[in-house]
Amino acid sequence: MNNQNTPESIREALKEMGPEQGGRALWRSLEELSRREDFGERLVAQAPGLAAEWDPVNRRDFLRLMGASLALGGLTSCTRQPREKIIPYVDPPENVIPGKPLFFATAIPVDGYGVGVLAESHMGRPTKLDGNELHPSSRGGTDAYLQAAILNLYDPDRAQIIQQRGRPSEWNGFVQAVSTALTAAPDGDGVRILSGNTSSPSLIALMEEFLAAYPKAQWHTFDPINRDALYAGTTLAYGKALDPVYAFDRADVVLALDADFMAQGPGHLRYARDFATRRDVGQGAMNRLYAVESSVTVTGASADHRYAMTPDQVEAFARAVAAELGLSIQADVSGLDAALVHAVAEDLKAHPGKALVVVGEHRSPELQALAFAMNEALGARGTTLDLVPSALARPGKSMASLAALSGDMLAGKVSLLVMLDSNPVYHAPAELQFPEALRKVALVVHQGHAEDETARLSHWNIPSTHALEAWGDVKGHDGSVSIIQPLIEPLYAGKSAIEVMSALLGRPQANAYDVVHDYWLAQLGDAGEKGWRRAVHDGVLKDTASAPVSDPLAWADTGRGEPAVEHGAIDLSILPDPGLHDGSYANNGWLQELPKPHTTLTWDNALLISEETAVALGIRTGDKVEVGGEAGQVTVPVLVTVGIPMGGAVLHLGHGRKAAGRIGNDIGVAIQMLQRVNAPYRAAVTVAKTGSGHEFALTQTSHTMAGRHHVRTGTVADYHENPKFVDGFDEFKGKPVPSIYPAFDYTKRPQWGMVIDLSTCIGCNACVTACQAENNTPVVGKDQVARGRELHWIRIDRYYEGNAADAEVHHQPVTCMHCENAPCEAVCPVGATVHSRDGLNQMVYNRCVGTRYCSNNCPYKVRRFNFYKFADHTTPSLKLQRNPDVTVRSRGVMEKCTFCIQRISEARIKARLKDRPIADGEVITACQQACPTQAITFGDLLDPESAVARKAASPLKYSLLKELSTEPRVTYLAKVRNPNPALKSAGAVMEAHGHGG
Amino acid sequence: MAAEPATKALGHEEMTAVIAEGHSFETVTDKISKISLTPTLPRQIILFGLIGLMLMGALMTSVAMLVVKGTGVWGINQPIGWGFAIINFVWWIGIGHAGTLISAILFLFRQEWRTSINRFAESMTIFAVMCAGLFPLLHVGRPWLAYWLFPYPNVMQMWPQFRSPLMWDVFAVSTYFSVSLLFWYTGLIPDLATLRDRAKSKLARIGYGMASMGWRGSARHWQRYEVAYLLLAGLSTPLVISVHSIVSLDFAVSVIPGWHTTIFPPYFVAGAIFSGFAMVLTLAIPVRHLFGLKDLITLNHLNNISKVMLATGLMVLYGYGMEVFFAWYSGNQYEGYMMFKNRMTGPYWWSYWALIFCNGVVPQLLWIKKIRITPLPLFVISIVINIGMWLERFVIVVTSLHRDFLPSSWGMYAPTKWDWGLYLGTIGMFMFLMTLFIKFLPIISQFEVRELLHKKKHANGHHE
Repeated sequence: MNNQNTPESIREALKEMGPEQGGRALWRSLEELSRREDFGERLVAQAPGLAAEWDPVNRRDFLRLMGASLALGGLTSCTRQPREKIIPYVDPPENVIPGKPLFFATAIPVDGYGVGVLAESHMGRPTKLDGNELHPSSRGGTDAYLQAAILNLYDPDRAQIIQQRGRPSEWNGFVQAVSTALTAAPDGDGVRILSGNTSSPSLIALMEEFLAAYPKAQWHTFDPINRDALYAGTTLAYGKALDPVYAFDRADVVLALDADFMAQGPGHLRYARDFATRRDVGQGAMNRLYAVESSVTVTGASADHRYAMTPDQVEAFARAVAAELGLSIQADVSGLDAALVHAVAEDLKAHPGKALVVVGEHRSPELQALAFAMNEALGARGTTLDLVPSALARPGKSMASLAALSGDMLAGKVSLLVMLDSNPVYHAPAELQFPEALRKVALVVHQGHAEDETARLSHWNIPSTHALEAWGDVKGHDGSVSIIQPLIEPLYAGKSAIEVMSALLGRPQANAYDVVHDYWLAQLGDAGEKGWRRAVHDGVLKDTASAPVSDPLAWADTGRGEPAVEHGAIDLSILPDPGLHDGSYANNGWLQELPKPHTTLTWDNALLISEETAVALGIRTGDKVEVGGEAGQVTVPVLVTVGIPMGGAVLHLGHGRKAAGRIGNDIGVAIQMLQRVNAPYRAAVTVAKTGSGHEFALTQTSHTMAGRHHVRTGTVADYHENPKFVDGFDEFKGKPVPSIYPAFDYTKRPQWGMVIDLSTCIGCNACVTACQAENNTPVVGKDQVARGRELHWIRIDRYYEGNAADAEVHHQPVTCMHCENAPCEAVCPVGATVHSRDGLNQMVYNRCVGTRYCSNNCPYKVRRFNFYKFADHTTPSLKLQRNPDVTVRSRGVMEKCTFCIQRISEARIKARLKDRPIADGEVITACQQACPTQAITFGDLLDPESAVARKAASPLKYSLLKELSTEPRVTYLAKVRNPNPALKSAGAVMEAHGHGG
Repeated sequence: MAAEPATKALGHEEMTAVIAEGHSFETVTDKISKISLTPTLPRQIILFGLIGLMLMGALMTSVAMLVVKGTGVWGINQPIGWGFAIINFVWWIGIGHAGTLISAILFLFRQEWRTSINRFAESMTIFAVMCAGLFPLLHVGRPWLAYWLFPYPNVMQMWPQFRSPLMWDVFAVSTYFSVSLLFWYTGLIPDLATLRDRAKSKLARIGYGMASMGWRGSARHWQRYEVAYLLLAGLSTPLVISVHSIVSLDFAVSVIPGWHTTIFPPYFVAGAIFSGFAMVLTLAIPVRHLFGLKDLITLNHLNNISKVMLATGLMVLYGYGMEVFFAWYSGNQYEGYMMFKNRMTGPYWWSYWALIFCNGVVPQLLWIKKIRITPLPLFVISIVINIGMWLERFVIVVTSLHRDFLPSSWGMYAPTKWDWGLYLGTIGMFMFLMTLFIKFLPIISQFEVRELLHKKKHANGHHE
């Protein structure tokens, strides 16, 4: 809800408080109106934001009090000491040294599953999240969501107070209200709880206790991004809901069917890391990935062979391959490339026990089941694929559960609805008419992060705690348990789901710590308190991964899962947004401004279609079109995207929020109108031009490398023929250009350098957000991104190669290169950018006057300028998030990647105190730390034993724009692919398609 | 000027004269002083000044917006870090060059025809450099710290970075301005004394009296004056070459294709003189018409100016040709892309071809003598060249930056209203200052014309 006192909101509030309807109770002045008895109360109801300023104390009283306090203030001396009692630490908290961060292991739940993180805490305030190497779901990597989760904690638009019908209230009032409602329904009849699906054992225990106490109460679980289809698929294949756990490190050949396993779904961080371990051509056999997909994903971009197919074709292709694998299946191979099907099937068959087929979790249950059957046929079970009991409390029908609830509500069967951390008014498919249903419930309780769409229709609003504010527990993708420990007291009057459930159970004062602690003490048995402490410390409870089940495959072909899309209709995939996920991150500026992989779109969603489709429909990028499905229609702008299949289209969820907060409101278009309960992620739609247009904010508009060799690629065969094949791309045979300036002394250790392995970089953007979190980089907003003024210090360049439909996509992270002959340094008139002895190109903000010459002269264009005062210097909560080791830049100065100089300094100080050199691995840059695939290596290039020096010695190493003799300290390892020799190479250089600019 | 029939047959005398027949010392002085000492101005000049004043309002607003809100009010971005500000800076500096060339180099070469236009051109230089100087100051992100570009002792123990061409710019432009100002003022002193002596109002007498620094016209004064003027002319001469050479190094020193070119210094100097002379024509043609100065600024002057324009225009065209040749001959793919795929056929192709048309094609009309001595077409051509030279800087600054090495960073540039506000604002400032100059100072060097008259008389019969 808008808490700001805009003139409109005040006017609106006053209007609402005008004459009673029907009567002629006129008021002549605002003063008269304000004397009405219920003014304050009504004000609270109508404009809670304004109400904070409303106090019955009148102006005269106020002035009197002010005068008195000023006089009292004057009696004290001039020093401004706090009036409250302050108490110095007699016994300072353990380990707290001002200026030294502490790290705590905890976990962040996403869609019910947890990922372990290490949270950095400065003097009691968490500032950054990074992966926990002990956690099986990540092994230390993070994604953009996890990196940005810290900003959600400090989101200034979070719900801050308990409210009853818009009025500030308190916990006791809430407890009383629900206990009254529960007393009225002693058997729980009409009592419903709605939450996201959860794997939290202690919360599940509370739920079970509640359901036992109120046997007729029901618990509905709904996640907008859910595993419904997967569980339906495992039920088809094995008769029960199971979680697949893949071992990509053991798979030699992988077939991904619309599966973005490196960026979406539980375990994706682990999968990306495992996958990457098999992408080093110098070490062991490389794996091979075939990606057949209807969308553009980072998984597809990492594939050795990527084929764009509509969802229909993907299923047909899967069935054809399955038939070749020997499954008894009726496959219709018409319209498919038989040679391709054969080659893929042969390749899979040639690697029994080392092959793997994965299907996107949004695809049909039949396809899911088919994939399990294929995996069984390939002997994947037990090697590359394990099946474990689902970690979720209610595996299964997320959408159906919500539909049932909605139906019951509409039928008037629900008297008390408690919604925990969910926002169904926004997320529910529009056909469920959830807002209308909500109006029929006598008492609606909503617990949520913000005063969101659902909060506006609820009677009671309880602010929820952030995962860093409350105790809890959660399971990883393989069932491993993590204890969620808070790093900070709730910033506002937040309550966790555990606390709300305890209150429903009549224990309103129970705190989450006791609940979780008691639960696990009981579970841990002998290990007891010590085991608990160990679990909290490590961030993961040892040996709690679920044991694989041994249920045999009981599958029989049931035909195609989803009906084929009629000829002429567009086969639309509805997918989680790569930045905002389901929309719960919509008020997160970092994620809004994060360029989506492939499209580099920010602050928007768009109908992604291929160029051929666009030509056929007569539309172009920026045209607004009406997308009509069975359920309804939406008007969205079109973004023509390379890699989308002809006849297919993609729309991302998570946009068009109406009550996300100041950042996320009305960004993009909500597409819940197109979702059907029985097919939420796919729709056959018509697309019609509306005639109006839309401006996108893209960070990259050129598609090809313009015949240059910025991303150097080769195949395994190329490598074996000539390991140094990259040198063949050098301009002028790589000869250095002489310099008129004396050489800098680069012989003293350490000399910092970075190597980025393009074979393992998947372009997932985790590094971009990690850098933003670490380096206090502000967001600039859509308008400024459209003007090309984004401030990201590291960016993922994207280039296409090959023909438009099956184009190969290259991602290249580009940071400041820290050139040894830096072109920026020579041209700065005030010496604001200089070289350090350890080889860093440094930016001295205080000295910078902002001529921007350095940026012009930077051939890599990695410098970023503060065209305005982009940093938010005023919002108090955002100040807490800032990394105290990094300057917050002001207007008019240049900035850029520093190689995380604050981390280098910290390591140097530590090493100096002990009079030893900085050890390898002691300095880890934020991007390196976040990278789920460990594509980034950083360290001392002069230390022959360092990881970075070993990487730099690779024959695949090359420098970007080597011909300019800038001698960059960031170097790249060429992207080596492992294409199937049986298939003709996809990767003929695409020049015709370039339309940059 | 339209009143002057272009087809009028001209005698040889009319064509070669640098001053029309029938003038005496008295008439020259009368005619020129009258402009400054008459309280009224032609309506056109008043209008010109008022438009200038209005545009200065835009200048003030644009500067205020810039300082209050930030450099972001302009259209610049990543990768185009310099836009209108630097384009306009180079443009104005270039315009200034004609003044120095006319007053210094032509003085040293004893080109008598310079006499009646040098004052005018010098003033133009001063005002143009003032306009130019605003831009580097304002274009920095923190204009209030722009003084850090000067080497001055300070407690921060910081010193400018002398490898940067921007640093060289600071010296080049400030030296240029100081010397030009001194030169201009020194040349004004005898004429200011004449105005002092002729002024009727007390205020004018005091004003001109103070400005003329006690000039009495004694032989000693004249002797000192001649020495000083010659020395300043000598000092200014290298500046004509150096200033724009150094400005060109802002670009040539960088690594950016389209900037990184050794031909830039001479090519910039030629371009500067080219545009400067065009601006002299743009201003002189209306002025000689409005103040009836056709006998002092004769068709011969126009002819000579046109010839200089033609010559420098050809040099500039040669520069364009060489850029293309280098791009091809170097075999450097970045240079080749910049020239053939970006400038010529890229999104800003129109600016390149408009530039070639304005600076390459149109000046070729000056081969025709009739055009060289007909004010109206000359006026139009001078405007076209002014536009062309602005476009040249646009092409250099914007098209080079918008697509450099990594296609991922390519972008587009579009000026905002504040870019235009500042640009038009400086034009307004220039117009307003020009008006003040026309009103208060002798727009033609009186004593030098008298000297010329004297010499002419000698040549016609007397000997020394």
